[in-house]
Amino acid sequence: MLAGAVVAVPTWAAEGPEAGAKAEEEGHAAQAARDFKHWKAENEVTNLPSLQRGARNFTGYCLGCHSLKYVRWSRVGEDLDIPEEQLEKFLLPPGDKPADYILTSMPAQDAANWFGKTPPDLSLIVRARGADYVYQFLKTFHVDASKPTGVNNLRLEGTAMPHVLSELEGVKKAVYQVEETKGEDGKPHTERVFQKFETVVPGRLSAADYDAFVRDTVNFLDYASEPAQVKRRSLGVWVVLFLIAFTWLAMLLKKEYWKDVH
Amino acid sequence: MANPSNPNAPKYTGLKGWFYDRLPIAEFIDTQLTGYFAPKNFNFWYYFGVLSLVALVLQLVTGIFLTMFYKVGEATAFDSVEFIMREVQFGWLIRYLHSTGASFFFIVVYLHMFRAMLYGSYKRPRELLWLFGMAVYLALMAEAFMGYVLPWGNMSFWGAQVIVNLFSTIPAIGGPLVEWIRGDYGIADATLNRFFSLHVVAVPLALILLVVLHLVALRHHGSNNPDGIEIKKNLDKSGKPVDGIPFHPYYTVKDLVGVGVFLIALAIVVFFVPTLGGLFLEGPNFEPANPLSTPEHIAPVWYFTPYYAILRAVPDQQLGALLMFLAVAAFIFLPWLDRSPVKSIRYKGWMSKLALTVFAVSFIALGYLGLQPAEGVYVFYARVFAVLYFAFFFLMPFYTRMEQTKPVPERLTYHAHA
Repeated sequence: MLAGAVVAVPTWAAEGPEAGAKAEEEGHAAQAARDFKHWKAENEVTNLPSLQRGARNFTGYCLGCHSLKYVRWSRVGEDLDIPEEQLEKFLLPPGDKPADYILTSMPAQDAANWFGKTPPDLSLIVRARGADYVYQFLKTFHVDASKPTGVNNLRLEGTAMPHVLSELEGVKKAVYQVEETKGEDGKPHTERVFQKFETVVPGRLSAADYDAFVRDTVNFLDYASEPAQVKRRSLGVWVVLFLIAFTWLAMLLKKEYWKDVH
Repeated sequence: MANPSNPNAPKYTGLKGWFYDRLPIAEFIDTQLTGYFAPKNFNFWYYFGVLSLVALVLQLVTGIFLTMFYKVGEATAFDSVEFIMREVQFGWLIRYLHSTGASFFFIVVYLHMFRAMLYGSYKRPRELLWLFGMAVYLALMAEAFMGYVLPWGNMSFWGAQVIVNLFSTIPAIGGPLVEWIRGDYGIADATLNRFFSLHVVAVPLALILLVVLHLVALRHHGSNNPDGIEIKKNLDKSGKPVDGIPFHPYYTVKDLVGVGVFLIALAIVVFFVPTLGGLFLEGPNFEPANPLSTPEHIAPVWYFTPYYAILRAVPDQQLGALLMFLAVAAFIFLPWLDRSPVKSIRYKGWMSKLALTVFAVSFIALGYLGLQPAEGVYVFYARVFAVLYFAFFFLMPFYTRMEQTKPVPERLTYHAHA
């Protein structure tokens, strides 16, 4: 039945609008790729496997320099449903106890000497900047020979952080387009507008896998920013339901009393 | 029980009688609850008085628990707040109740004040009641400002910097005054410690005292009402107001409904959106105070932004600060600026209605503009609304006298619901 329908359609019609839609779709995709400040982390702190992978990513790639000084290992184990022996085997740095806070072993002074700035504690990074920001940051490293680290970042221009995930993501360069815009003074300015990334050296992970890796990591940092948030929301449902029932009863009581007010 | 043969015999006997003879509980209930008559036509706007009281109690109770774990001092404050959020049992709940409660306190106080402006509750004989209310409002602003500094986040630090520096615009004594307030050459440990002391002890005591005075002044003449009629002028044979009903049980049960709705709204914010997109808790305040790094743009919490917008709308800082203080102080003069022969907006003329609408719109618009960066079109609009804001107050003696008012009825307008 479908085949018959297709035959009946003239060839120009079959190609025309479809090709147009495809081009439009591609245009949207290119636009979305340019608007890196609108990329969403779309992480879910109720997704335990994602959080567990995020915890693994954090200990593997972030903990060398960044701490989570307000979070204890045992709390992570408890909240993320990681049994203690697995916590000790896969996550805990040698010598650390489950009750310890998640601290980096890199001395702060050395770090300041090496990078020009002590790598910040990440316990509250998602609360301070938002999950989307951290996601955008981890996705927009690109080569820049003028920097001591060899890389720059679109989200945090001039960041002191090297691209520690380049082994996974690979190395990419940013492609700019020079555009003429009118400045506030009315005179034309030339501006370099980011267009897209181009892979220079591929990494161990595919683009999709790296994206998932970053989302899991951001998810874990989101959890670490407010470990009670899942409990908060689930408790909230019951509290609000109770209060609605209470208010309904109060309303009935009020109506009963106010019957005799004329 | 009461002995009818002897009118001098005490009303209560036994343990109750012994107690009541020494503490006038029965008398208090008789005169202030069951025997206190309130107008029967209170509408939606009349919930916000009792809700302000609920908010005060909420802040006091949650504040007591926070103080058990909070560690004042620039090296410990930020960490201790995170300790509360993460390791104290239900610490996050107490903290969110306190931070959300502060915003809710201002919401209900602003609506409570607007009610008084709608129905002329500040007018004779309730001028002092209004002034005590204003004193509560001023104390509340000081309390909220100092409380905001305590978590010692970066916005706490820079907000304190901006607000305290406003006092430096006072001629001659400005500089030394600011130093005296801070206790140091900048916002520092000494400032944090004294703000803690004031926030936890001094201002709450003042608040409680002022609220008691506010209530005593209220009970003396009784509440105003949406018609702006004195119900005590219309008494029945037994000396009770014809249009009044006993506060208890009628308004206690009615207020219970209001409290329920208030708590539902509070719980929704506390449990689902405690930062309210940065409006109740700002992102930069999750970074510790850092004198070397200024937040991208410094804005106070929403309840101060109408005044903040006025401050920034004026190019001259000294004049801006003066106008900002004046914008707050203008409310104090309302009882004497309003020359209308009637109290309630229901019987005032179109000019008063228009003026109050313009005021409300300006206040909200300024609140929005105070949250935006002070540049371009925002500053222009802030100037327009600042002028309208002040026009409401300064033109009041004229438009309230010029306009034609409607006749005020003898009795309250009340329609019992089916």
